[in-house]
Amino acid sequence: MTSLEDVEILLVEDNPNDVELTLRALQKQNLAAKVFVVKDGAEALEFIFATGPFAKRKSAKLPKVILLDLKLPKVDGIEVLRRVKSDERTKHTPVVMLTSSQEERDVLNTYNLGVNSYIVKPVDFSNFVHAVSELGLYWGLLNKIPY
Amino acid sequence: MSAPEGNVGSGGIDLLLVEDNPNDAELTQRALKKSGLGVGLTIARDGAEALEYLLGGGHPRPRVVFLDLKLPKIDGIEVLRRLRADERTRSIPVVVLTSSQEERDIAECYKLGVNSYVVKPVEFDKFYKVVGDLATYWFVLNKSAL
Repeated sequence: MTSLEDVEILLVEDNPNDVELTLRALQKQNLAAKVFVVKDGAEALEFIFATGPFAKRKSAKLPKVILLDLKLPKVDGIEVLRRVKSDERTKHTPVVMLTSSQEERDVLNTYNLGVNSYIVKPVDFSNFVHAVSELGLYWGLLNKIPY
Repeated sequence: MSAPEGNVGSGGIDLLLVEDNPNDAELTQRALKKSGLGVGLTIARDGAEALEYLLGGGHPRPRVVFLDLKLPKIDGIEVLRRLRADERTRSIPVVVLTSSQEERDIAECYKLGVNSYVVKPVEFDKFYKVVGDLATYWFVLNKSAL
């Protein structure tokens, strides 16, 4: 896990198995060192808006991408997305839903709220690792952000 | 407007490429074919054509739009603005694919709700590879709204 000033990927995921798999996949792309993991939506908002335990991040850059699960404790992924995309300070930050939900309602709803991309977690282990490493490369290297 | 030339079987329209430079359009088309993903491609040559295609009615909804910024008639920023202002097209993923690396363009596109911003590599080989990477990401990994 990286220093709070140097986070490139914020992973918002409450399932420890998925966290471990995601970190392993990102490690393959040498991206794991720049990942910070939070386990619920409330902690995600504190990190993103530099409040509470993350107040010292005030001057830090926003991550290159936020990987966001939908079903989360405390504050769900839809609400985190809504808050990020409706705030002038954070609406530029790419948010990718990484979820097991394939429901069209969730897909449409998140696009309408401004999600940048929607990825259904592959059930199969090796497909999951492959998908995460592709998306790490895409948002870590190929996509340009304004900061 | 060209017919869906890169279409390898699905019969649907997967990608609307908005690109006025014929070389870039051809290269994109070749890279898509090479990818073997069977992406059905339609090309719009300027911003007005793109808006007519997407908002004029009568055309299937593309899964993704690749949008150049410097375009004849109506520029890419304005196309993006109108797509995001219209409920029918608000949820279509738009990837800006441009040679502009200007911070102002990048910031403006995100402010308007672009899904992704990718700079066209100048070198032929790299451009070709980037189109393949884009196709894999947006047609294999990403799920678009129906």
